[in-house]
Amino acid sequence: MPVIIEADDLTKTYNDTVAVSHIRFEVNKGEIFGFLGPNGAGKTTTMRMIECISPRTSGTLRVFGMDPDKKPAEIKEQIGVVPQETNLDPDFTCAGNLLTYARYFDIPAAEAEKRVENLLEFVALTEKRDSSIEKLSGGMKRRLILARALINNPGLLVLDEPTIGLDPQARHLIWERLRLLRAQGNTIVLTTHYLDEAARLCDRLVIMDHGTFLVEGAPADLVREQVGSEIIEMDNTPEVIACLADLGVPCEILGDQVQVATDASRELAKTLLDRCKTSRVSTRPATLEDVFLKLTGRTLRE
Amino acid sequence: MPSIWSFPRITCRAGKVWQRNLEVFLKTWKVNFFPPFIEALLYLSAIGLGIGTYVGAIDGVPYITYIAPAILAISVMNSAFFECTYGSYVRMYYQKIFDAIIATPLSIEDVIAGEILWGATRSVISVAIMLPVLVAFGVISLPFSLFAIPLAFLGGLMFAGLAMCFTAITPSIDTLNYPSFLLITPMMLFSGTFFPLAILPAIFQYIALAVLPLTHLVALMRMATLPTLGALLPLNIAWILVATVIFCIVSINLMRRRLIV
Repeated sequence: MPVIIEADDLTKTYNDTVAVSHIRFEVNKGEIFGFLGPNGAGKTTTMRMIECISPRTSGTLRVFGMDPDKKPAEIKEQIGVVPQETNLDPDFTCAGNLLTYARYFDIPAAEAEKRVENLLEFVALTEKRDSSIEKLSGGMKRRLILARALINNPGLLVLDEPTIGLDPQARHLIWERLRLLRAQGNTIVLTTHYLDEAARLCDRLVIMDHGTFLVEGAPADLVREQVGSEIIEMDNTPEVIACLADLGVPCEILGDQVQVATDASRELAKTLLDRCKTSRVSTRPATLEDVFLKLTGRTLRE
Repeated sequence: MPSIWSFPRITCRAGKVWQRNLEVFLKTWKVNFFPPFIEALLYLSAIGLGIGTYVGAIDGVPYITYIAPAILAISVMNSAFFECTYGSYVRMYYQKIFDAIIATPLSIEDVIAGEILWGATRSVISVAIMLPVLVAFGVISLPFSLFAIPLAFLGGLMFAGLAMCFTAITPSIDTLNYPSFLLITPMMLFSGTFFPLAILPAIFQYIALAVLPLTHLVALMRMATLPTLGALLPLNIAWILVATVIFCIVSINLMRRRLIV
């Protein structure tokens, strides 16, 4: 499997702040690779280095085998970028935005026209073809940005929180389109705060914090390795805590809830119901969110 | 990190930014084409004919003919300067267009070069609209006055580069008011525009020649429209060429410093 992105010892510092610290990863052709982490973890900085718009401080980085410091234009020709911030050109219509963008990639006008129609259809915006950007809803703007990122038929898509602030319908549409793109052989790198999104989409992902990777792997593997298959939740009462301590079951207390991670939920739930005086024992499958919170803690980030 | 004096790597992709701005400009051509036209009319009638009645002639030249080239030079300055301060700042900061463009094969150097080129083009457009008005008033002579067009481009590049330096360092859009009223407005009045520098004390004449870019542009414009040959022609041309190169290089490097982190 050809390697599309290769990073080793990649570091980025802003003045005295270390944003990304000695990270190492490889992204293979045709996979969806996710970067998760709290705000300020270094996800966007990593994306910007891959996009060749922020120079790295040290380490090596190769995109399509080329160095972003030396061949930025050649790399950028093959990348499609969905930035975190909506930066469509307000002086143009939907189609105008795509056409203007096509020109930046030296796509001939006739070919650009064709691609614009196809892409507007791809993101379900054909009806809005001649609308101004201001008249679009948030979801439509994100979809148009996705279309814009695809105008150069990129081999690599870099998406920084592609579905931020979208309603479920729009998120599902974007997910479906991203899977379609992967099926066509595109490589996709994305960041997201939606852990269900990461679990559904990503073949592999990393969870990062304070500029370094905490874990890397396939979502299901990470959940199994880091948490177990299921979570038992009970009310937080002194009896329950004492009972769990008696049984020697490790637990986590979250406000009015007590959580126990386990691989054998049925047996344990039964034991807890029998032994602990509690009215409520519920089990649910462990998720990526449990892994995320376990690794990055519950403290709020700026 | 390149220093602010290093020569930026600009490619012909800069033309695509220029083209983008031209397209937006042409979309609203009605509101864009009128101001220079009206401006020429107002200046000529109020200052040229109005004040000119009392002034009579300067150096043997009717007052309205004396200020005609100044009106062109001021328009060159204003068009490029305001395009590359407020205009560019809005595109950079509020519309985030530069961010979107540098995700394509264009570099930030290309983007800023395109913006400066566009600023100079605005100057050329203004002068091209004003020239027929001046011809109609019979205050400029043809065909030498057509030199005003290439002069507008050169002067436009100079003021666009200067403007872009301020845009690169301004903390907010409000602080762009400082160069506007501390530099541009005084320059409009004290660069040999509406009265000859010669009537000022010698020290002010030297200051105007040393640091006010408009002084040199007005002098060249006047040589073209009268037409006449000024004694300082080589100095005027050299000053503008050197200043243009410096402003453009420094502004691109400052912008790079601001936007590429």
